[in-house]
Amino acid sequence: MYRYDEFDHRLVAERIAQFRRQVKRRLAGEITEDQFKPLRLKNGVYLQLHAYMLRVNVPYGTLSSRQMRKFAHVARTYDRGFGHFTTRQNIQYHWIRLEQVPDILEELASVEITTIQSSGNCVRNITSDQYAGVARDELADPRVYCELLRQYSVLHPEFSYLPRKFKIAVTGSPNDRAAVAVHDIGLRMHRNAAGEIGFEVLVGGGLGRTPYIAHTIRDWVSPEDLLAYVESILRIYNIYGRRDNIHKARIKIIVNQLGIDRYRELVEEDFAASKGMPRPELPREEIDRIATYFAPPPYERLEDIQDELDALAASDARFAAWLRHNVAPHKQQGYAIVNVMLKAPGAVPGDITAEQMDALADMADEHSFGELRVNHRQNLVLPYVRQRDLYTVWKKLDALVLATPNLGLLSDVISCPGLDYCALANARSIPVARDISARFVDVDRLAAIGPLTINVSGCMNACGHHHVGNIGILGVDKRGKEFFQLTLGGSSDQNASLGDRLGPGLAQEDVPDAIEAIVDCYLDLREEGERFLDTYRRVGIEPFKEAVYGTVEERAIA
Amino acid sequence: MKHMVIANHLADGFVVFLGPDDRWCRWIGDGRVLEDPAEAEAALATAKRHEAENIIVEPTLIEVTIDDTGLPRPVEIREAIRAFGPTVGGGSGANASSGVGGRR
Repeated sequence: MYRYDEFDHRLVAERIAQFRRQVKRRLAGEITEDQFKPLRLKNGVYLQLHAYMLRVNVPYGTLSSRQMRKFAHVARTYDRGFGHFTTRQNIQYHWIRLEQVPDILEELASVEITTIQSSGNCVRNITSDQYAGVARDELADPRVYCELLRQYSVLHPEFSYLPRKFKIAVTGSPNDRAAVAVHDIGLRMHRNAAGEIGFEVLVGGGLGRTPYIAHTIRDWVSPEDLLAYVESILRIYNIYGRRDNIHKARIKIIVNQLGIDRYRELVEEDFAASKGMPRPELPREEIDRIATYFAPPPYERLEDIQDELDALAASDARFAAWLRHNVAPHKQQGYAIVNVMLKAPGAVPGDITAEQMDALADMADEHSFGELRVNHRQNLVLPYVRQRDLYTVWKKLDALVLATPNLGLLSDVISCPGLDYCALANARSIPVARDISARFVDVDRLAAIGPLTINVSGCMNACGHHHVGNIGILGVDKRGKEFFQLTLGGSSDQNASLGDRLGPGLAQEDVPDAIEAIVDCYLDLREEGERFLDTYRRVGIEPFKEAVYGTVEERAIA
Repeated sequence: MKHMVIANHLADGFVVFLGPDDRWCRWIGDGRVLEDPAEAEAALATAKRHEAENIIVEPTLIEVTIDDTGLPRPVEIREAIRAFGPTVGGGSGANASSGVGGRR
């Protein structure tokens, strides 16, 4: 993985020293809250309902065991013994004292982790595929380009005061696990007839109160031109993006207002004009230099041991279920990708204790070349596990309550922190997520239902990505009471779609029954080989409306 | 209609309530219940002064009712969660504990 050079170290150290002075001046009353707020936000510090919250970047979701141990240490020393992994490959601490933040930042910097640009109107943490570098379906490791984009965008003077926040995601695989179509810029790697790698560039995707699926602005940008093209997109956004209304300030608004064709023209004009001018060209040698940081680990020469694993699975049904659902194929023979579930029945999605973090760090050292991954679905990954270690790894994860066999199944619910923590939320999302995962515990039933994503957001800002859940749940406040609106048919993969609203909001206690009704309806209607999403796309929303709210006639009477 | 003044401590961010003698309390039960609009207005003015003095941030008047045990309970869910902690565990201890500490 990437290691800081002297410039990275100096930049981070200077930034922390600067923030330490800013905090000191704030506590001494030399600057007001209004003056201080944008400064703290630039360092990932929010004021939430109960305390300050610190958002920490895990760049493109790659994490060393040393960094994970530091996360545990911060949780134990400065928080209440736990952290929360978010939908943007970040970890958040919810009980932080402002006066201690500079010390925490120094602790994190000692393991090359920062909070720079985890908030504010700038380029945020650049996210990617959690299987980067190990996926069988991958064209090339997307993290090389994420890291180049990270270096390029950190404290970039032209883009430090964008109209609004800016999120970039990169996938190196045709099977999109990074949700690139709902990002401000999504980069999708392709290979041309000559066998070269290049990027399809998507722009203007996003969720929140005005959700959009991104448009393709260009089918092909070569790696050498990638930064320059991204720069042109950012520059046009910086010029044309609205600054008069926070709700209309994201790039998706201006892209859809001007139309993708006009936006493309503007970007292409800028891109063409910048040729021959000083612009961020990416020489092949620089790409290759960064790529060396992401070289494969020293794999052992091993054979696949499918027969042995099948035999073990045959004698242990729980191991069999875990193997089937939580373990993914690896590009290296004899190895496997292990998903670590932060989604036990009734658990808070994404929450992890300091003890679990420490234990996972130890496991990463023993079984995964000291490396872990964070995904946008609020789970973790051990990316390089020997197949012959799988049974041991399962035993250890099971003891840590991190082996629930539900990856991508109905109880693998994504949820934002909601009104239990968040100052923006209208409703509590975590209790809804917990009710659902506690209701659907039968492993065989979950497997029979098949792939089905549920996403819960506590307000229309959509941190739980409810628009792209196969079933989305949005918490709203109606005259002081919490209600939950369901949407169906959302997806964030390579065939991304936004969900359709099912009907009036439901009380919290009615949500699990509504999910049951939707699931039963789907099971009745599905044809051979269909997932929930396939059935929904084939039959439309009406049968599900009837299942939850009754027939049209019944609804008319009600 | 009864009110209290809620805020966050500047230095640690913890939720606090304006209490007797214009001191800030961590536990809602130690806070001052304001019985009439004039009293509420005066308390908020005090809180805003403390905000200007960099003791607390975001002082707000919230409506409360008094439960059977004599404990004030915020009417809005949001403020009740701030007073008593998350409804999902995960560190709900401090605000629900004895209310010691956190005073001015």
